[in-house]
Amino acid sequence: MEAAVFILSLVDCCALIFLSVYFIITLSDLECDYINARACCSKLNKWVIPEMIGQCLSTVLMLVSMHWFIFLLNLPVAAWNIYRHLKVPMGNMGVFDPTEIHNRGQLKSHMKEAMIKLGYHLLCFFIYLYSMILALIND
Amino acid sequence: MSAPGPANPGSSISYNQNSTPNGGAAPAYQNGPAQTNPSVYPPTGYYGAPPLQQSYPTIPAHSNPVPSKAPLTNSGHSVNYYQNNHQQQQQHHHLPQHHVAASSYSASPSQPPPPSITQYNQQPFQQQQQQQQQQQHPPYTTPGSYYGQQQSYQAPPPQQQHPSLVPAPASGTGAPIYPIVSYPSPQGSSQYGTLSSMQSTTSTPGVMPVQMGAPLHQYNTSQPASTPPVQPGYGVVLPSQTAPTVNGQGSTAQTTVQQHYDQSHQALQSYDSYGRVIHSSGGADTERTPSRTPSTSVHSSPGHHKGMQYGYVANSGASSAATSGPAASAAVAPSSSSSDEDDDDDDEEDEEAGGDTSSSTTGSASPVPNNYDSLEGGNYPDSMPPANDMTNQAQPYGNYGYPSMQPAYLQGAAPHTDSSPAHDLYGQSYQQSSQPFPNMSQLSAALGGLSGVPELEVEALRPVNLLQERNLLPPRPLEAPEPNLSADLKKVNCSPHTFRCTLTSIPQTQALLNKARLPLGLLLHPFRDLEQLPVITSNTIVRCRSCRTYINPFVTFLDQRRWKCNLCYRVNDVPDEFMYNPVTRSYGEPHKRPEVQNATVEFIASSDYMLRPPQPAAYLFVLDVSHNAVEAGYLKYFCESLLKNLDKLPGDTRTRVGFLTFDSTIHFYNLQEGLSQPQMLVVSDIDDVFIPSHDSLMVNLKESKELVKDLLTSLPAMFSQTRETHSALGPALQAAFKLMSSTGGRVSVFQTQLPTLGAGLLQSREDPNQRSSSKGVQHLGPATDFYKKLALDCSGQQIGVDLFLLSSQYTDLASLACISKYSAGSIFYYPSFHYIHNPAQLEKFQNDLERYLTRKIGFEAVMRIRCTKGLSIHTFHGNFFVRSTDLLSLANVNPDSAFAVQMSIEDSLADSSLACFQAALLYTSSKGKRRIRVHTLCLPVVNQLSDVYAGADVQAVTCLLANMAIDRSISSSLSDARDALVNAVVDLATSYKSSVSNLQQSGLVVPSSMRLFPLYILALLKQKALRTGTSTRLDERVFAMCEFKTQPLQQLMRMVHPDLYRLDNMSDQGALHLNDTVVPQPHLLHLASERLSRDGAFLMDCGNVFYLWIGKNCNDMFIRDVLGCNNYASIPPNMSHIPELETPLSERVRAFLDWLQDNRAFSSTIHIVKDNTSAKTNFFQQLVEDRSESASSYQEFLQHVQRQISK
Repeated sequence: MEAAVFILSLVDCCALIFLSVYFIITLSDLECDYINARACCSKLNKWVIPEMIGQCLSTVLMLVSMHWFIFLLNLPVAAWNIYRHLKVPMGNMGVFDPTEIHNRGQLKSHMKEAMIKLGYHLLCFFIYLYSMILALIND
Repeated sequence: MSAPGPANPGSSISYNQNSTPNGGAAPAYQNGPAQTNPSVYPPTGYYGAPPLQQSYPTIPAHSNPVPSKAPLTNSGHSVNYYQNNHQQQQQHHHLPQHHVAASSYSASPSQPPPPSITQYNQQPFQQQQQQQQQQQHPPYTTPGSYYGQQQSYQAPPPQQQHPSLVPAPASGTGAPIYPIVSYPSPQGSSQYGTLSSMQSTTSTPGVMPVQMGAPLHQYNTSQPASTPPVQPGYGVVLPSQTAPTVNGQGSTAQTTVQQHYDQSHQALQSYDSYGRVIHSSGGADTERTPSRTPSTSVHSSPGHHKGMQYGYVANSGASSAATSGPAASAAVAPSSSSSDEDDDDDDEEDEEAGGDTSSSTTGSASPVPNNYDSLEGGNYPDSMPPANDMTNQAQPYGNYGYPSMQPAYLQGAAPHTDSSPAHDLYGQSYQQSSQPFPNMSQLSAALGGLSGVPELEVEALRPVNLLQERNLLPPRPLEAPEPNLSADLKKVNCSPHTFRCTLTSIPQTQALLNKARLPLGLLLHPFRDLEQLPVITSNTIVRCRSCRTYINPFVTFLDQRRWKCNLCYRVNDVPDEFMYNPVTRSYGEPHKRPEVQNATVEFIASSDYMLRPPQPAAYLFVLDVSHNAVEAGYLKYFCESLLKNLDKLPGDTRTRVGFLTFDSTIHFYNLQEGLSQPQMLVVSDIDDVFIPSHDSLMVNLKESKELVKDLLTSLPAMFSQTRETHSALGPALQAAFKLMSSTGGRVSVFQTQLPTLGAGLLQSREDPNQRSSSKGVQHLGPATDFYKKLALDCSGQQIGVDLFLLSSQYTDLASLACISKYSAGSIFYYPSFHYIHNPAQLEKFQNDLERYLTRKIGFEAVMRIRCTKGLSIHTFHGNFFVRSTDLLSLANVNPDSAFAVQMSIEDSLADSSLACFQAALLYTSSKGKRRIRVHTLCLPVVNQLSDVYAGADVQAVTCLLANMAIDRSISSSLSDARDALVNAVVDLATSYKSSVSNLQQSGLVVPSSMRLFPLYILALLKQKALRTGTSTRLDERVFAMCEFKTQPLQQLMRMVHPDLYRLDNMSDQGALHLNDTVVPQPHLLHLASERLSRDGAFLMDCGNVFYLWIGKNCNDMFIRDVLGCNNYASIPPNMSHIPELETPLSERVRAFLDWLQDNRAFSSTIHIVKDNTSAKTNFFQQLVEDRSESASSYQEFLQHVQRQISK
C-alpha cells in the first residue's frame, strides 16, 4: 500500500518536473523572441490548472497516507499555486497575461518561479524514490 | 465567414435563414423576399429619407484635391500639413528636374554659398591639420581596443584628443590590411565584371533613373580612372570636405544643406581624384568578393574580417543562398551604384516622399521575413538567440568558404602588428582616405562628452530650500533641460518633444540610479507631426548587422568604410551606396548623409519590410444607434463632420470605408458601387455574428462616394424613432473584427451606454455613494477579458480600435478601454454628452472629430526601442501590445499618442561615455507606402550622483511617475499609488540631503533642477485620476488614467499643472514677433488663489481647455475691449469664445491664445469664468497650491514631507 502511494506520487512528480521544464522552455522561448507573448501565454495558461491539480494530488496523497513531513513540504507549493490562480484579476487572461508579461520584470519572476519549482520537484522526486524503495524493501 | 449553418454564408440567403428564427426586432427588417433580394431595405422603413440625400448641397465634394498624390498625410513635414501640402507638392514636382529629392533640403543646388561657410569649416580644419600631423607618426603603433579608446577620450580636452584618436581608426583603415585575409576566389580581371553580370538580372545599365542622372556622370567620369591614388588630387579635397561630422540640421537643416551643396560645388573638381582613391582600394576588394551583400562594403579591416569570418564558418547554406539574389545586385560597384533604382517606383516615390533619394542600389541581405518582428528586425529573421548574433551577422557570406577562422570576434583588438607589413604599400592611399574624414576625431571629441557647461550644472544643483523659497516657477513654461553634451552632439540630438529621458545624464550603474531615487525612463512621441523631416529613399537602409540599429548621427566612423554601432559597438561596413551623398552629390562622404546628419529621419522602406503588400487605408465606423444614442444626438454631428471631411480622410485611391450600426441587432450597409441607394442588412443573431456580404460592406471610397454621402445624410433620420434601448457592443465589435480582418485598418466605435447584450456585456459596478470615498477606489480594472482578447485579435490582424464614449451614465470605461488599449487605439470620452444641454461637450466633440478624421495615420505599425548595451526596458506605458521584449505592436499609429518606457541598467555603462536610445517606427502610410521613422537620442553617462541630479528632467520624471502610479493603482490600490508618489518626494529629498548637499541646512532641500518636483507631485495627487475624497465618477477617473498613459508630455504637464497668466496688464516686454503679430509673453503665475486678484483677468491653460477668469473688479476696459461686454455684470454666464474685436488689447489676447493653441493637435475650448458660474469650481480645482476640502495645500504638503524625512 505504502509503495503504491509512493509510486503514484513518483509518477505525479515526474509529470510536474516535465511541466516545469516545459514552462522554462516556453518562457525562455519568449525571452529569446521565438514565439510571441500571445502564443506563449495561451500555451502556459493551459497548464496552470493541471499543475495545480498535480500538486494538490500529491499533497492529498501524503495527507491520507499520513506522511506528515512530506505533506508539509508539499503544502506551501500547493497553496501558492492555488493562491496564484485565485488572485488573477478579472480582466486578465490567466496567470500569464500576454499584455503584462513583458512589464515590471514579470517574465523574469515567472522564470524564477519555474526554476525554483523545478528544483523543488527534483527534490521531491528523490524523496519519493527513496521512500518508495524503503517501502518496497519493508514489504 | 463564420456563419454557423449555411453553406454559403456570404450570400443573402444565409442572412435570412439566420435572422428569421430570431424573433425580436428581426421581422421588421425581414420584409425582403427570402430568396431574391433580402437585403434591399424598403424605403418605407428607416430608409424613408432618400430625398434628403439629394437635398444636401453643401458637401464639399472636391474641396481638397490634394490627397490624391501629394503626401498629404504622409510626409508629415508640418503640423498643419494641409496648408503646407501645396508647397510641398510643388516642391516634389520640381524634384525630378533638380535631381535632388530632398523636401526638407529644399535649398536648390545652385544657390550660392552662404557666408557661414568659413565659420563652418574652422574647427574641423584645425583638426584636420592636427590629423595630418598625427599621421606622420606611425599610425599603427597604438594598440587599443575600441572600448579602451573611449575611456581614454574622456581625460584630455577635446582638442588634445586627436593625437590619441586618430591612430586608432587609422589602424583599422582598410587598405593595408587586405593581404592578411585570404580570399579564396580572386576572379574577374575587371573589377566589376562579375558584379555587373549579376546585377544585370535586376537592372540593366539603361534603366537609370532620372533622379540619379547627375551624380552618375560624376561617377562615370571618375571611375574609369580607378587606378592608383592621385596624391595631388587630395589636396584639393581637403579644404572643401572638412565639414564637421555632426553638423546637425535638426532645426537648421536648410542652411546646413546649403552648405552641403556649396561644398559639393567647391569639391566638384576634387571628386575625381578623391573618387579614385576610393575606387582603387575598394576595387581591389570587390574583385575578390564578387557577390557580397550591400553591407559588406568594399572596404574592410582585419579586425572586422576576423569577426565576419567567424560567422562565415558557422553559417552557410540556406539563408545565405536565399540572400544571394539581392546580394548580387548589392555588391554593385560605385559606377552602377546609382543605376538600378526601381524605375517604376521612381516618380511616385519622388513625388510622395520628396525624399533624399540616394543612390538606391540594392536589395537587402535579409531573407524573406516571416513576421513583423523580423521585419523591423531585432534579430535576423531566422531568429537565432541573441547569443548567436555573431554567427547571424555574417550569414550572407556563407557561400564563400573562408578558410580557417578563429572564433575571435574581437572588435577591440585590431591586429595592428599584422597590418604593418602592408602599411608601406598602402600607406599613401590610406592617408588619403582617412584624412578627409574628420569624423572620428569629431565624434570622439564629442564622446569625451562632458566638456560641459559648468555654470548650468551648478545652477541645476543649487540647493533650494523649498520651505523658504516661494517663487519657484520660471517666468516662461519650463523647457526640457539640455543634456550635457558637446555642442556638436547637442545640435544634432533628437528634439525633446519627440524623445525625452527622465535623466538627461544617465547614471553609470543601477546602484547609482537606485541611490538617486529617481526613475529612469523615456517619454516618446514618435509619430508627432513634424515641421520638417528628412525623407530618405534608399534600397539599402544601413543598419548594424548585429543589433539592427539604424545608422544615426551618433555612430562612429572608424574610417571611410566602417562605422561602429553606438548601441552594441559592433563595427560594420559602410555599404557602397552609402558612400554617395545625395545632398551634396558627392562620393566618399558617408558622414554627411542625411541619416548621419539628423537624429530624426524617415526611410521609405523596401519590400523587405513588408509581410504583405501595404494595406489600403481602411476605415470602419461602428455607430451606436440605440435609443440612448439618439437621445444624446451625436449621430447628426458625426455624420456632418464626416461628410465635411470625407475628402480629407487620409488615404489614396484605394481607401476603403464601411459603416456598421448597432442597437440590439447589427446593421450592415451595402454600399457597392452601382446601387442606387445604400442597402441596410440586418443581422439579429448576435450570439454568432456573421458577415452577410463580403465584398460590398467595405467599399472603395472613391467609387462609392455618392452612396457614402447618401448614407451619411440619411443616417441620423433613420433611427430617430427607435425605441430599442439595448446595446450589443460586443457582437458589433466582433462583426467589425471579421469585416476588417482581411485588410486591417481603423475601427472607430461610438458608444453611448453600457453594453447590455451578447458577448462582452457588462454590469454597472459603480456605487455612486463611494465616489468621494477617501478609502480605496474599486473597479479600476476591467471586469472581463473579452475586450482584451478581442483587442489582441484585432492587433494581430492590424486593426486598431478607437473608442468614442459619449455617455451620461456609468459605462464601465475600465472594461471598454481595453479594446483600444491593446489595439493601439485612442480613447475619447465625453461625459454627460448631450447636443442641447451640453454645448461645451458638443463643441469639443466636433473639434476632436475634425482632428481625428483628418489627422495622419499609420497602419500595420511596429515600433522597436533599442538602447545602448547595458540598458534594458523594464516596463511599457501606452496603448499598444508588447509583442516581445522591445517590440511594440501598433495596429494603428496616430500623431497624438505618446508612449513611455521605464528602463533599468543591467550592466555597468562604464564602457562608454554616451548612452543612446533609438526608436524605430515601421508603418504603412495612408498612401500605401511602407516607411520607417527613426529617432535617436544621445545622452551622456555620468558616475557622480550630483551629475545625475543636475541632469534630472523634472517634467519627464513627473510624467513617468504618473504612469507608474496609474499602474500601481490598478494592480494594487489607489492609496498605495498615492503613498508611492509622496515617497518619491521624500526619497529624493533624503537622498539629496545625505549624499550631495553638504549644507547642514534644516528644511526641505532639493536640487534646483528638481525644485518643482514636490509641486508637481502634489498636483498629480489632486488630479482626477489619483485624487481621493473629492467626488469623482469612476469613468472620469479611468479616463484620466488613460489620458496619463497616452498624452504627450507637454500636454500632460499642462493638464497636471496648468499654466496661469495674468492677461489684463500684459506688456510688450519680451513679446514675440511672429509675422506681423505681436505675441505678448506674460509671466507664469503660481497656482494659488493668493496670486489672483479681483481686479484682474487670468488665463489658465489646462491643455485641452482654457479658463479665462474675470475678477469682480476687473477694469471695464479689458472687459469691453476683449470680451465686448460693457461691464462685469453683462458678461453672459456661459460665454465660451473670445470675440474678434479690433482693439489692440483684444488682438494681443487673441494672438497669445492662438500662439498657445498653435502646437496642439486638438483645439482647446475656452471658458470665460465669472465668480458665479459653474465653471468656477473647475477653475478653482486647478489651483493646486491651495487647500481643498480633502487635500492639503502646498505648504502643508511640504511640511508633511519634511516630517517624513526627519522620521
